[in-house]
Amino acid sequence: MIEGIFVEGLIYGIMVLGVFISFRILDFPDLTVDGSFPLGAALMAQGIMMGMNLWLALLIAFAGGVLAGVVTSLIHNHLKVPNLLAGILTMTMLYSVNIRVLGNRANVPLLNQETILSRVTERLTGIIPDEYILLAFFAVVTLVIKLLLDLFFRTDLGLTIGAMGNNEQMVISQGVNPKTLKSIGLGLSNGLVALSGAFAAQYLGFADVGLGQGIIISGLASVMIGEFLVMKSNRIGVLTLCALLGSICFYAVMYVGRYYGYVINMTPNDLNLIKGILIIVLLVLTQSRKLRKFALKAVVKND
Amino acid sequence: MIELKNVSMIFNPGTVNENRAISDISLKVREGDFITVIGSNGAGKSTLFNLIAGTITPTSGSILLNGRDVTRDPEYKRAKYIGRIFQNPLLGTASNMTLEDNMMITYRKGFKWLKRSLNHRMREFFRSELVKLRMGLEDRMKENLALFSGGQRQALTLLMMVLSRPDLILLDEHTAALDPKNAEIVLELTNRFIEEYRLTAMMITHNMSHAIEYGNRLLMMDKGEIIFEAQGEEKKALTVEKLIDKFHQIRHKSFENDRTLLSDD
Repeated sequence: MIEGIFVEGLIYGIMVLGVFISFRILDFPDLTVDGSFPLGAALMAQGIMMGMNLWLALLIAFAGGVLAGVVTSLIHNHLKVPNLLAGILTMTMLYSVNIRVLGNRANVPLLNQETILSRVTERLTGIIPDEYILLAFFAVVTLVIKLLLDLFFRTDLGLTIGAMGNNEQMVISQGVNPKTLKSIGLGLSNGLVALSGAFAAQYLGFADVGLGQGIIISGLASVMIGEFLVMKSNRIGVLTLCALLGSICFYAVMYVGRYYGYVINMTPNDLNLIKGILIIVLLVLTQSRKLRKFALKAVVKND
Repeated sequence: MIELKNVSMIFNPGTVNENRAISDISLKVREGDFITVIGSNGAGKSTLFNLIAGTITPTSGSILLNGRDVTRDPEYKRAKYIGRIFQNPLLGTASNMTLEDNMMITYRKGFKWLKRSLNHRMREFFRSELVKLRMGLEDRMKENLALFSGGQRQALTLLMMVLSRPDLILLDEHTAALDPKNAEIVLELTNRFIEEYRLTAMMITHNMSHAIEYGNRLLMMDKGEIIFEAQGEEKKALTVEKLIDKFHQIRHKSFENDRTLLSDD
């Protein structure tokens, strides 16, 4: 029971890392996520149904997400469409694409199919207590992805992408085309989101075209919770860890809301409202925290 | 080096807002030149820099860089050869990143790959370069640039640009947003670096005495034209009064309105 709370936070944590890249590092509010998450799920499900090598299917899901992100960046870069709209465009188109990928259906069940998760469970039975197998597996997967990202953002390319979100003129002055960097960043971000979708489909036992609805809000809320919990830092390792912790907290809250919400007469349908309110509360809290800091500084200066 | 051939820039051509910002300018910048550019607001100084840097494409004429036509090259491609510092000290550095990361990004021009170049040797090198600024920044390499003052950031931008060895540097009133003391420090650094590394530079300034004191050539602009140029001995003999007289002679109008902008303090 308790392990279920954390498993979701870890699976969706991969998506939160993607959202963190676009929103925080690239400073690009990318709504493609709502489409690339179910795209990853759909590609994985279709791969499983076709009896494809499971790891290859996972790779294809990742590549599909990368492509979705690159499409958004191309729309934004070359047609001079504002970033929000570019993301919405891709997301809308992906709805149709996802149904196509699922074979003109809105839902593909994966029950009784061999998935990566069923294989892992099989392999690890007896070594780890059954209820902790998935928790351990996703802890390792998510941590490895986090560490790879930390490594990436410390390379020259990663640093430059970080600088672009901060100061685009600086990147141009370095003789680097910011459009290329945006494509790389958004591709990476959506690739991770799709990867998360692929794992989610296997965990839930189905792929559904509606899986991604509002996922960007969950991702953003997770990122914000993480930032709220931990102090500001300029170390990428700390920032990605914050995003993951935020994801675990957020999905734990949602899990509790889903299973115990009835105590206060809440239904799962109320969750979207709760998510929105959570974000607003976080915004207010961060604002007031900032204001207090300013007030404190002013006092110190006046002394 | 860089050459402008009959370059004109007209904004909103054919409309009521038509604005001839640069009309038919030809200019040859030789290697090792340090050119100061003066002129009142709207004279076209910044437009000239934007044309050279590639931020905008001229309406007519061509721009040659080391003999190659770069008229239609985008800004990021030309940036490999041209370094530029803006009036706003925030434009040259990334606030949310550490000093050493900033230096690593600007150390080499062009596309960056998946290599990790920031290592102990690099840090030592950056440290030894930062000492040249004499601001004590070498001990703050792990701090975010948001914590640095405008003067420090502009000095850093200058150092980082020099390290990437551009063929030409454009200084767009780069000391105008700083307080007088910091402006003086940054200007001294600029002059030192230009001499030390034998850089080719163009500098826009509103300060006529600076324009006379620094560099080997002086351009005076008005209404999109270069109306007066002095170099060598002629430039050395200039004074602020002579410059204002010169403007009066050429344009047959008083400099009075521009006195405040072309201050000589």
